[in-house]
Amino acid sequence: MIQKSEIRSQKSEAVIAALLVALAVALVFAAPVFAQNGEPTDDEVNAVAKQLYCPVCENTPLDVCPTQACAQWRATIKEKLIAGWSEQQIKDYFVQQYGERVLAQPSTRGLNVLVWVLPPIGFLIGAAALAYYLQQLRNPAPSVVAAPASAPPTDDDDDYEKRLEEELAKRR
Amino acid sequence: MTLTLGLTSLFLAFACALYASVAALIAGPRKLNAWIDSARNAAILTWPLLTLASLAVIIMLVQGQYQVEYVSDVSSLAMPWYLKVTALWGGQAGSLLFWSWLMSAFASAAMLRRWDRDRSLMPYVIAVSMITLAFFILLCLFVENPFRRLWLSQATGEVNPALFQPANSTLFTPQDGRGGNPLLRHPGMIIHPPMLYLGFVGFVVPYAFAVAALITGRTDDEWIRTTRRWTLVGWLFLSLGLILGGRWAYDVLGWGGYWGWDPVENAALLPWLTGTAFLHSVMIQEKRGMLKKWNMVLIILTYALVIFGTFLTRSGVLSSVHAFAQSAIGPLFFGFIGITFTISMSLLFWRWDSLASETQMDSLLSREAAFLLNNLLFLGIAFATLWGTIYPLISELVTGQKITVGPPYYNRVNGPLLAILVLLMGIAPLIAWRKASFKSLGKLMWIPAALTIPTLILFYFLGAAHPVALGAYAITAFVGYTTLSEFARGMVARMRLGENPLIALINLSARNRRRYGGYTIHLGVVVMAFGVIGSNLFQTETQATLAQGETLSIGGFTLRFDSVALFPTNDNREVTRATVTVFDSSGRLIAELHPRRDFFLDSGQPMTIPGVRSTFGEDFYVILVDWQPIGSTGATFKVYVNPLINLVWTGGLIFILGTLVATWPDADEEKRYAAAPASTLATAGAD
Repeated sequence: MIQKSEIRSQKSEAVIAALLVALAVALVFAAPVFAQNGEPTDDEVNAVAKQLYCPVCENTPLDVCPTQACAQWRATIKEKLIAGWSEQQIKDYFVQQYGERVLAQPSTRGLNVLVWVLPPIGFLIGAAALAYYLQQLRNPAPSVVAAPASAPPTDDDDDYEKRLEEELAKRR
Repeated sequence: MTLTLGLTSLFLAFACALYASVAALIAGPRKLNAWIDSARNAAILTWPLLTLASLAVIIMLVQGQYQVEYVSDVSSLAMPWYLKVTALWGGQAGSLLFWSWLMSAFASAAMLRRWDRDRSLMPYVIAVSMITLAFFILLCLFVENPFRRLWLSQATGEVNPALFQPANSTLFTPQDGRGGNPLLRHPGMIIHPPMLYLGFVGFVVPYAFAVAALITGRTDDEWIRTTRRWTLVGWLFLSLGLILGGRWAYDVLGWGGYWGWDPVENAALLPWLTGTAFLHSVMIQEKRGMLKKWNMVLIILTYALVIFGTFLTRSGVLSSVHAFAQSAIGPLFFGFIGITFTISMSLLFWRWDSLASETQMDSLLSREAAFLLNNLLFLGIAFATLWGTIYPLISELVTGQKITVGPPYYNRVNGPLLAILVLLMGIAPLIAWRKASFKSLGKLMWIPAALTIPTLILFYFLGAAHPVALGAYAITAFVGYTTLSEFARGMVARMRLGENPLIALINLSARNRRRYGGYTIHLGVVVMAFGVIGSNLFQTETQATLAQGETLSIGGFTLRFDSVALFPTNDNREVTRATVTVFDSSGRLIAELHPRRDFFLDSGQPMTIPGVRSTFGEDFYVILVDWQPIGSTGATFKVYVNPLINLVWTGGLIFILGTLVATWPDADEEKRYAAAPASTLATAGAD
């Protein structure tokens, strides 16, 4: 019994050692980016996590989310980086796993085009309406009673300063 | 006893608000003065009644009457008394009551003003403010009642909240409350909601006057002049609420920033944006008799966004369609916004012709045109922000897919608009009313422009070599100089009188509070903009796991991890507190910081409190991300260096100071206003 178990443990040690060597070799070849110290730094993980949102919390970027779940997702990013995945591949993986809500901003596909297109369109419509309004005011229709002739353009027709100057004049 | 008193008062307040709106609406067109007075008295009475109801909730919170659902939801035995008091606005039911109380305070105060000048508006001001109040009390009474108690059913053994005792049940009193959200236990969070709500309700008063003006056909600018100070007070509190909210996020949320374009933040920003557009645009109406319709549109929009904002900040319903469908609050709010918006806009179209401009635009290069551009930009930002806030809900409804619209969207869409807005803020005050010339404008602008160049060179050598940053700094510096030059022009004029510069500045601002208060606000924005640019574009961060005694370096600083301690507190927290030492580039010890993580046992939520070493130049901001529980040997830290972030808070202070100057009552102005007949006021501008 004792001998058997010793043999077995020796065997398994050999297997583990072989696996470790294989892993080390794989790492050296598969992840040349992290060749220096073997694994990505926290900053490299956060650089990816920053672009993703916590799949379960409300509006919390993954790099700063304090929950345990997010710590695990950051660990997942680290694993993928070690495995040599690119930033885009990791992002795609998260989208595939948890849906598009993990992206900090919506894609430009399908209905989501509206997110990007509507604000500029709204602004342009507003700008056009404003331009039209200004044009109308500049060329009033004949029926509109002409406003009293406005003062000639001056460098400064500011009430307060006029009052101030008047006061100054009085005191002199 | 307390509960009965509070509930009865709340119910009576509801009755008063309803009676006041109905009586005012019936008596108004018939000029039945006795009935209008009666409606006014009922409106004033809502305030003491809601005060009693709010006090009742506060007393139950302080006494720890945990058989009351709201009390057990938002407070716990371990909380200090002041947190129990402020738990009045720590949950949804209490917030709605608190909102109603503030609303009734503003409405009552408006009722108590002198009405000799605009008595015809009064019945409709009563009706509008009381209908708004009645809606919120209705929510308080029938949907989210803070007086509901917990009942244990004898038949099923379940505990359910109900206002009155259900059959076969006994009162259930939990040993302790759940204590509410720990993130809200921060001084910033204690003051922030009241400020925001004061801002929200402040805008209801000008809206009520606007609708009253539409109904009565008194479409001159009387309503604007009457409510100018109310609008400014509302705006002051809203601005204060936004700034405090940012500070709270920076101190408590532990992500190194202060503004994340979160739906809840956007909810408070939206009425601020349209309100700010309104504050600028009314000046055109006062000065030139133009844009009457547009000002109506702006205040109607602001009111709708105020109600929308109140709804968003407390309900969290925008997170998903399910959350929206589960609560009756959502449909009620949207129904109310829809109805009030439709009625207001119909009134506006009904009065469309009487709101024609009295004068015409003389030139595209005029203060009027600049203000219109300002309005376009504010509305553009508001639209993009509203769209980004509600789009996730639309996406989920239409495609079933949840999405996030985060800061990259807002930065990209709003960033350029904000930059143009800041630039305009510098140029517009230099442009004369009616018609300006490029020559005169050039005369006023060349000195600020010339000063901007050496400033930029200085920034370049201080390390801001980023092209976007240099562009943003160029705009901001130029605007800062033009604003200062406006102060200088006025001061020089006064100094010719023999006043010393300080007295000249004080007299100048005191004599024309609105104008120089406004410029001070612009200066505040400039200072904040420097801070925002610096802390956004030049923020650096790093994260590392350190063993005891190990160090990490960032931006010339070195952080050494000394120790970490875990200990419980007597208010049910488990605190993990690290001690780190910070050295500067020459190896000199500059600070010992204690980033910590508090775990609240009653609510099961963590709270990250950064260790911050703050100087004028930058903040060194450390967060404890993780630690090894056994042996306490290693810990993970995230460190941010936030340059110029203190300018955000300094600018905020200047901003508030300027608003106070502009809002402060001006005895001279009151006298002039009271003496002048209403018709001449339209031309004698106050600017």
